[in-house]
Amino acid sequence: MAKISFREDRCKGCGLCTTVCPKKIVQLSRDRINSKGYHPAECIDESACIGCFSCGTICPDCVITIEREAAK
Amino acid sequence: MANTVFQKPHALCDVPLHYCPGCTHGIIHRLVAEAIDALGIEGRTVGVASVGCSVFTYNYFECDMVQAAHGRAPAVATGLKRAEPNNIIFTYQGDGDLAAIGTAETVHSAARGENITIIFVNNAIYGMTGGQMAPTTLPGQVTQTTPYGRDPQYAGLPVKICEMLSQVDGATYLERVAVDSVAHINQAKRAIEKAFRNQVEGKGFSLVEVLSTCPTNWGKEPAAAMEWLRENMIPYYPLGVYKDKYADEKGGSK
Repeated sequence: MAKISFREDRCKGCGLCTTVCPKKIVQLSRDRINSKGYHPAECIDESACIGCFSCGTICPDCVITIEREAAK
Repeated sequence: MANTVFQKPHALCDVPLHYCPGCTHGIIHRLVAEAIDALGIEGRTVGVASVGCSVFTYNYFECDMVQAAHGRAPAVATGLKRAEPNNIIFTYQGDGDLAAIGTAETVHSAARGENITIIFVNNAIYGMTGGQMAPTTLPGQVTQTTPYGRDPQYAGLPVKICEMLSQVDGATYLERVAVDSVAHINQAKRAIEKAFRNQVEGKGFSLVEVLSTCPTNWGKEPAAAMEWLRENMIPYYPLGVYKDKYADEKGGSK
């Protein structure tokens, strides 16, 4: 179980994260804009996130933070 | 109990970057900061900012930074390293800085085998000044000053820095990487960390050339720019290790 969070005010809507997600659950928001005026990236199905942090790896603006449940 | 597995590295300042959307400078900044974090050298690292879009690196790293005159970052780094040999000195330079006006400083700092780390960001164009032809612009590539594509008959052929420096005896480690995909970014991270570790271990001159994009001046969407890099730049500028004096040692490249 992984938790993905976005620092939306830093997102420039470049969309690179949406091209690398293996689960295709990262998308640019269609109906919201952030304080910079961009459509920010968002996760449409958090339960499907596998915590691979591909999105974070390619994000140029350090928008994304990923947490994973510690192994029991 | 959740563990954070990916977040902004400590050595990168918590400020918005001024770069255009999709500009890969942000990725490369993060990789440099991750290398500084991994080696625990933030307190004794001094960076040298070049001229170009990346001039503002001095606002983005938590370590001390110096701003050099155009192309002179390796010369400034030489002075910093010789004055304070225990400090870790890196330069962060674009292709318009390192491969054009700074060619002499680059070649001679390599020839002297200065124990410094150079991060060379090659996006095949002058970004900050509005997209003019750079020495690294590909044949046929359209820029502001080559509107019909770079004509090698008239404008010459690109400079290949890694190939050129591999002939310089004083250089220790040269690798060309790219940031167009997650796999390539991970390889770039390993190369940048190795370039810093070489300096910590006193091994000498290390340069990592990072193929990057300039979506704004290439006139492409960020994802399409990554595609263009993959299809056009990598065939012309092959990725790989061009020189590694210590490759046979444990922990050598590859």
